[in-house]
Amino acid sequence: MSVHSGAVAPPEQEHHTSTGLDNVKIGLWAFLGSECLFFGSFISTYLLYRNRVLDGPTPSEIYDIPFTSVSSFVLLMSSVTMVLALASIQRGDHRGLRIWLLATAFLGMTFIGGQIYEFTTFVEEGLTLSTSTFGSSFFVLTGFHGAHVTIGILMLLTLVAMSHFGRLPQHQARKVELVGLYWHFVDIVWIVIFTVIYLIPTN
Amino acid sequence: VSHAPEVGEEYELEHHPSPRQYVNIGIILAIITAAEVGIYYVPALEDLLVPFLIAFAVVKFVMVASWFMHLRFDSRLFRRLFVTGIVLAIIVFAVALATFFRRGGAAPAGPDPGTLEPAAMAPLH
Repeated sequence: MSVHSGAVAPPEQEHHTSTGLDNVKIGLWAFLGSECLFFGSFISTYLLYRNRVLDGPTPSEIYDIPFTSVSSFVLLMSSVTMVLALASIQRGDHRGLRIWLLATAFLGMTFIGGQIYEFTTFVEEGLTLSTSTFGSSFFVLTGFHGAHVTIGILMLLTLVAMSHFGRLPQHQARKVELVGLYWHFVDIVWIVIFTVIYLIPTN
Repeated sequence: VSHAPEVGEEYELEHHPSPRQYVNIGIILAIITAAEVGIYYVPALEDLLVPFLIAFAVVKFVMVASWFMHLRFDSRLFRRLFVTGIVLAIIVFAVALATFFRRGGAAPAGPDPGTLEPAAMAPLH
């Protein structure tokens, strides 16, 4: 049985800053800004190299749009469950928080499962990291995104465990919000990847 | 023991969307995604495909950032930090593209860099 500690846990140390804003949240937004550069560089590289396929398969030959569309939909819906988790803890509903966090983690794991299946299929069809610069740029970009989703899943499960053991009272809703920001960022990066890499046709 | 809200926390909680609003945004995002995939398979829209896809992606991006990441309600400083990252990413792409064009526009159709002789891969001067 889980412990609900919203009423017994001591409040966090008050943290006043010169900006009036939470320093951790400012730091996270600065990090997300730098992540835009990180993924922007990989997307740029992909766009420059996607037509260099040598003897390997081309993007239009190998992409499975219906499958990736379902994966994209799953990740998009995980953002909805994430904000519902935040809304739950903000109103003190710890059971709702855990349910929505687990739903978000499950959707994230479904997305990762789909990516593993996609990578396996691509390798079987002759596209590997070293087949061509198209293959290299594709696997590096989507692989790094998958790594980010995996880290997000670990953070979500950590929050579930913290809530289960009473370490996540209502007044620490900020922690859920920060993990949520990271999760939504991973989602919007995929919005760009899905459109630019999968849907926009190559020359 | 009651918790005194941190600076700005009360404002944020008052202005965050309700769960119903979150679900409505999710439904709109799902419809846009379905439209994206739908027009991909419509031959008549082939000429307009790229502008449509980019427009849909921008709308989805802005909706998630504004509503789910609360940029619409939070401090402008967060928005500036994020937009700075996006602008810098676009500049990186523009510089990369310009560099390739300066090398003779070989990026789209040229040989794979792995097959080039070392002299052909020399840095620009």
